[in-house]
Amino acid sequence: MENEQNSPIKEFAPQLERTSIQGYAWIIFLLAIIGWGVYAFIQQVTRGHDVTGMRDNVVWGVYIVNFIFFMGVSYAGALISGTLHLFHTAWRKPIIRMAEFITIISLLIGPGYILLCIGRLDKLYYLVLFGRIQSPITWDVIAISTDIFGCLIFLYLALLRDLATLRDYESLQLPKWRKRIYKILALGYTGAPEQQKRLKRATDIMAAMVIAIAIIVYSVLAWIFSVTLQPGWHSTIFGPYFVIAAVFSGSAVLIIAMWLFRKIYHLEKYILKKHFVAVGVIMLVLAAFFGYFTFSDYLTKWYGSEKNDELLIQLLFKKFYWPFIISNYVGVLLPLIVVGIAKFRTITNITITAVIVIIALWLNRYLIVVPTLESPYLPIQDSRPEWFNYGATWVEWSLTAAGIALFCLLFTLASKFIPVVQVSELQEEAKPEEVLV
Amino acid sequence: MEEELNKHPKSSRRQFLKKGLVAGAGVAVGGGLVTTYLDSAASGTGEKVKVLTTGGDIMEVDKDMLKLPRVSIKESHKGIQGRKFVMVIDLGKCKNARKCVEVCQKGHHLPKSQEFMKVYLLQDSEKTSPYWFPKPCFHCDNPLCVSVCPVGATYKRTDGIVLIDNNRCIGCKFCMTGCPYSTRVFAWKHYSEYDEDKEPYSPEASSPGKEGTVSKCDFCPDLIRVGKLPYCASACPMGVIYFGDVDEDTVTNGTETFQFSALIRDRAGYRYLEVLGTRPCVYYLPPVDRQFPVDRGFNDLDESIKNRYKSTPYGEKHKL
Repeated sequence: MENEQNSPIKEFAPQLERTSIQGYAWIIFLLAIIGWGVYAFIQQVTRGHDVTGMRDNVVWGVYIVNFIFFMGVSYAGALISGTLHLFHTAWRKPIIRMAEFITIISLLIGPGYILLCIGRLDKLYYLVLFGRIQSPITWDVIAISTDIFGCLIFLYLALLRDLATLRDYESLQLPKWRKRIYKILALGYTGAPEQQKRLKRATDIMAAMVIAIAIIVYSVLAWIFSVTLQPGWHSTIFGPYFVIAAVFSGSAVLIIAMWLFRKIYHLEKYILKKHFVAVGVIMLVLAAFFGYFTFSDYLTKWYGSEKNDELLIQLLFKKFYWPFIISNYVGVLLPLIVVGIAKFRTITNITITAVIVIIALWLNRYLIVVPTLESPYLPIQDSRPEWFNYGATWVEWSLTAAGIALFCLLFTLASKFIPVVQVSELQEEAKPEEVLV
Repeated sequence: MEEELNKHPKSSRRQFLKKGLVAGAGVAVGGGLVTTYLDSAASGTGEKVKVLTTGGDIMEVDKDMLKLPRVSIKESHKGIQGRKFVMVIDLGKCKNARKCVEVCQKGHHLPKSQEFMKVYLLQDSEKTSPYWFPKPCFHCDNPLCVSVCPVGATYKRTDGIVLIDNNRCIGCKFCMTGCPYSTRVFAWKHYSEYDEDKEPYSPEASSPGKEGTVSKCDFCPDLIRVGKLPYCASACPMGVIYFGDVDEDTVTNGTETFQFSALIRDRAGYRYLEVLGTRPCVYYLPPVDRQFPVDRGFNDLDESIKNRYKSTPYGEKHKL
């Protein structure tokens, strides 16, 4: 490009060109956690699922919780960036790339947890070979693979102009192979009016598609639970409830990512308070919806309760008291207060709230999966405590940590290859505005 | 039924089988299928084993003749033609002797931690009476486990039996959450008991088991094929478990035979959790006219088994 001096790409050049010592240390640290996870996985494969805390009653545990959780996080890109794109929200530009990264990376990690839960990984291809369309798992396989594909296209379309910028940016100190990759990936995009027009149309279509697919994916995920007869799962609200919870967690992860990259890559000039407040407001609205759905679901279970609903509610309020309070009270009320009251609305406060929301939502999924399985129609009568009470073992926790580490690693690597802020969009936007709210 | 069996040409060996294996175990089921079994068993290995006939005589027979037929996986999808199996469990007679559980585990080469048949101590509400509740798979006519299976590893047959093909099963455990009766068990690891079974796998035998797959009570179609009752039904010392055919309208526990419809009508038979709409093929007779007080069920129990009932309302009241 002509005005290379003013290009925001300079801001990103350092991390694109070289990695600091801290950067290497961080990557090695993440690799170590992932390595430990691999060891745990080998244990699980060689010694059987006996090494997990799952037993005949609680057949799904932390793995499924993580699966729902990461799939939820993937909503950051799908709904948020998709919607923001469609409505041409001006402030979206610096954060939209991050949202898309979150989407793709969590979409790649999430389904991995389902695999950890499967007893015979060697027969996984049967899902395709003998797939039955009557089974919600088949719906899930179709929906998730479509979602991954759709989101990859959406991300790629959004990347195209940046890849072209990187290709044309002569003074960038990069190895030849990377330049070549940029060149190939840029698909000969030069920014000609016709190209711009086509790109815009394609992006618009994909943004709409991604929103639709994302809603389907999360509804299907919810139906895996609600089509069964289990008390607590057999609920009509689960589809929309899961969708709302997912976008809610997506907005929170986006805020955390914004805060981290702002600090690490010194993007204070681009990611402003107004962005935190804007995403914070989205989070607030979603918190309100989430609280409403949660209340509605539990109220009907509690008020006119069947015997097993009553047992479940008892379990939630006794054994799972604190997780229940954190996930369904703190996780809902905190965003309402912190973002709702102008005085509390600072970048730090919003970020802390986002972290708490993430924890609350992980617990919320745990409370959906585990207590129901611990209170089946026929009472569990067993003398082995682990068949009564599910508790994740070190294998499950290690693989949970490995998933989070992999998420961080992929995000780090992606930011080394492609700017985390959409450079081309910012070039169009002459100067960042000061404050929005 | 006895006449039906007598139609087959007589030979001393067949005569023996009729008496010793078939008649003793309850003849009501699958009489016509005995011939197939005999023909397949005709080619022996020459190895002999001694068995006791019902007449009290010791006889030597070819070892292969005692083996149960194992049909192929493809064949196991079809179901036994013209049959519709049903089970009736008389709760008034159960005293938690656990013979059903033990014989079933032996027959299916299961470890102690896997039970296809489970015996619960239930009490419907505070003022109602506790009772022992043996629970096999209900082989529902509207089986959610079959609906949710992503690979068709579990299937409903024409004879009403729901089976699992553990060669097909990927171990996603969706069927286990689908079943509202906690019927299905998962092989969390490889158990040494699985190795005892040297025969090729057949879904009808649910054996040998396989790590990482789901299994459950199968109504023992391999036994039915040779005219025997399922393990649990023939093992029960109280004759709690009746097995039979809805279309023939007959159920038997080996010693008594009833007209199924009359039994259900006269003794107020019901299906467990009818409200769920799964349409089970297992019926219960209410625990009335008890032959034993409930606490008789705690006699001669292993400590670990006894501990199971500690946290039940009954167990807490009586400080087990």
